Amino acid sequence: MTPLTPTCESDACAIIADAAARRMPLAVAGGGTKAGIGRPAQTEATLSSAALTGVTLYEPAELVIAALAGTPLSEVVRALADRGQQLPFEPADYRALLGSSGKPTIGAVAAANVSGPRRIMAGAARDSLIGVRFVNGRGEAVKSGGSVMKNVTGLDLVKLMAGSWGTLGFVTEVTFKVLPRPERSATLALAGLSDSRAVEALCAAVASPFEVTGAAHLPAALDGGEARTLIRIEGFSFSVDHRLGELKRLLAGYGPAEAIDGERAGALWAAVRDATLLAEPHDSAVWRVSTAPAKGPALMAQVARALQARWFYDWSGGLVWLATDPAGDAGAATIRGAVATQGGHATLVRAPAEVRAAVDVFEPQPAPLMRVTRDIKAAFDPAGVLNPGRMYAGV
Amino acid sequence: MSIAFPVPDQAILARREEILRGLAPLVAPEALIVTEDERRVFETDGLTAYRKLPLAVVLPSTTEEVAAVMRFCRENGVKVVPRGAGTSLSGGAIAQEDAIILGVAKMNRVLEVDFANRTARVQSGITNLAISQAVAHEGFFYAPDPSSQLACTIAGNIAMNSGGAHCLKYGVTTNNLLGVTMVLVDGTVVEIGGEHLDAPGYDLLGLVCGSEGQLGVVTEAVVRILRAAEGARPALMGFDAVEDAGACVAAIIGAGIIPVAMEYMDRPAIKICEAFAHAGYPLDVEAMLIIEVEGSDEECEDTLARIVEIAQPFRPKTLRVSQSEAESAAIWKGRKSAFGATGRISDYICMDGTIPTGRLPYVLKRIDEICKAEGLGVANVFHAGDGNLHPLILFDINKPGEMEKAEAAGEEILKLCVEVGGCLTGEHGVGIEKRDLMRCQFTEADLKQQMRVRGVFDPGWLMNPAKVFPLEGRVAA
Ligand SMILES: Cc1cc2nc3c(=O)[nH]c(=O)nc-3n(C[C@H](O)[C@H](O)[C@H](O)COP(=O)(O)OP(=O)(O)OC[C@H]3O[C@@H](n4cnc5c(N)ncnc54)[C@H](O)[C@@H]3O)c2cc1C
Repeated sequence: MTPLTPTCESDACAIIADAAARRMPLAVAGGGTKAGIGRPAQTEATLSSAALTGVTLYEPAELVIAALAGTPLSEVVRALADRGQQLPFEPADYRALLGSSGKPTIGAVAAANVSGPRRIMAGAARDSLIGVRFVNGRGEAVKSGGSVMKNVTGLDLVKLMAGSWGTLGFVTEVTFKVLPRPERSATLALAGLSDSRAVEALCAAVASPFEVTGAAHLPAALDGGEARTLIRIEGFSFSVDHRLGELKRLLAGYGPAEAIDGERAGALWAAVRDATLLAEPHDSAVWRVSTAPAKGPALMAQVARALQARWFYDWSGGLVWLATDPAGDAGAATIRGAVATQGGHATLVRAPAEVRAAVDVFEPQPAPLMRVTRDIKAAFDPAGVLNPGRMYAGV
Repeated sequence: MSIAFPVPDQAILARREEILRGLAPLVAPEALIVTEDERRVFETDGLTAYRKLPLAVVLPSTTEEVAAVMRFCRENGVKVVPRGAGTSLSGGAIAQEDAIILGVAKMNRVLEVDFANRTARVQSGITNLAISQAVAHEGFFYAPDPSSQLACTIAGNIAMNSGGAHCLKYGVTTNNLLGVTMVLVDGTVVEIGGEHLDAPGYDLLGLVCGSEGQLGVVTEAVVRILRAAEGARPALMGFDAVEDAGACVAAIIGAGIIPVAMEYMDRPAIKICEAFAHAGYPLDVEAMLIIEVEGSDEECEDTLARIVEIAQPFRPKTLRVSQSEAESAAIWKGRKSAFGATGRISDYICMDGTIPTGRLPYVLKRIDEICKAEGLGVANVFHAGDGNLHPLILFDINKPGEMEKAEAAGEEILKLCVEVGGCLTGEHGVGIEKRDLMRCQFTEADLKQQMRVRGVFDPGWLMNPAKVFPLEGRVAA
């Protein structure tokens, strides 16, 4: 069926109001590159932001950019790069991982709260998102936040929209805070460390005064090669040199450190960001687990005792990407058990639809928070027409 | 006295004795404050022009006690105003005759510090500065630094999503908060977030932060602690024209430099702060910037050299890089005591709108005109990098009508901020102060959506009910 593609906000209002009146559930989509994430929802039509495109405001000196939701991420990235700026949170591109095509959109980057390695230093997409316009499930146009960096006026619905996966509103426009692109980026690589030693090194680096903006560990078992532990710093060249030297000294006890610059380092960080390291074999299930950094290795040790898995760490050990056998529950019981002991949450990012229908894709929450979650959904979308069931059954 | 309070619930006033008897067994005897003299201490906050005696004040020592009090209040239809240190500048912590104040000030301990994970779990009544002090021995600190940090609590910071002078680089409270323990209106205790990043489902933590005590009572928090930079150094720049200072800020950012702080003061503010702090501020300029950079000595020198070069075309009249720890401290002392120093010479109200920084010269000119039209003086201090203004409108409370004039000017200024594309409040919160201006910034649909979300947590409007949303046109859940 051809998607519904409103060309302006009031169009979107009319479409959603009509769907609500008829209780017709809509799949909310941007470029559709992340359509495979979430529980399979029973929808009757797709509402797409494809026809809402264009940068609507860009003030480099004020560090803000706004764009309509369907604007390709690449277009926003390019506009920023032309003025030597960037989205601080390093948005990921999951096309290779999910085997999807199309173009990721800026609205979906917000709605999915997608952040990459720099998240440990610069915050998540939700931290850079300063304003959003959306149409709620009643067909009302609503705004929250604005285009200034500091704003505490009223309840912060911007945060609720970030990471709501289209279940609370159809995002029509987003405004992000941006930052200068660093003059230089350098990566320090340690070799052959065990998970726990590696995460120890990463935590030491991140807890140093040297402003680490990327901290990842790729264990040997990931691709049969040697384990690599990566630490990235960025900034003015002069300062990068200084901090590189200091970090080498700080981490001397973890074996020789190689400094890598340029394209090789860039490719490695893109692979970490986009989780392409686990793209193959394409039929494995892929999980994304967030925990306290120092607990990552223990969590994975617990998982690995019960499951066949391949994994790597980002966020200083606090983000574990792992691939499992998609059979049965794809390891859900084991992984969620480990999360329960160590703290955090697990999301099933890639799995066949049957598995995503049977297993909680997003971490189940305690009853009082589940109650709040359901009621928030009803507060935005009482008829349940926007991506119903994509995050949780009945939400 | 132009801000209205709702009419107190007579039925609650009539049952006061019974309510006090019900509260008594829930907390230690000294934690229930009932006498008029003692309640007086809690009749206002940082917005001292407004005063209301609460029905009672309860100062629990544990999350369980908070839960018991909340359960009792809900069952008895008693309104609750959560309170930290009472430094809110928007009247957020002011209660009323039919509401109790539930203060968390006795819950002020550090529960756990984890340097490897860079987190600290604290009780919510701890002061902002005490968190930094508790981790300083390892070279760490808690980044958001409101000028009130010696007194204000993390509970208040979370409720207001407070900022500080250094948030250009480090963000505000919401960017440095990882988790909370919160008591819901029915006494249920929930844990939101934890030591990990990002939410499993909806970002409830992001919603709670900045919710001004309307969604529940925060009793514990997990905050991000950061390792301090190797060093920091401020520079002072004075300009003959406001436009030059504004353009200089834009040029620094345009060159790809994000200093850790860029603070602006105008001539009246410089004079007031210099008299108080003797920081060596230039007295012959229209505008002054405090620009601070971080890193090793060499890095600071390198960055400051770049900044100095960028500043040249804007003809800085004074340009001084701090040469010692003592000099840096004096420079910051002047800025951080701006409100206090102003308070010594005049009554004032402090505005807190944010504007797009490009509109700075225009807005400052208009602020001046607006205040002059009311016959009042104004001193401006603000966070220049992010456009968060703090005009201090000066008046004399003993002159009849002056306070009303100041409030009228304040209202004009905030409307101006919205008009140029900004907002009513950048960090002090809406409270009662800006409640009735919310319709300037938001449409009916915007406000209703917020109120429906509020209703998920507090359908009966028992939590801090007189705040944030205009009194008319409120929706139930
Ligand atoms: C001299 C001075 C300088 C200031 N400088 C700054 C500054 O630089 N930046 C800035 O952002 N602010 C500043 N402020 C404003 C104020 O200090 C902040 O808003 C602060 O966060 C309030 O903290 P508090 O503990 O005093 O909270 P209170 O004033 O007691 O309460 C503030 C709000 O929090 C709610 N609340 C309190 N405790 C809880 C709880 N446990 N659970 C839920 N809600 C709760 C209250 O209901 C109220 O709405 C300044 C104030 C003064 C007086």
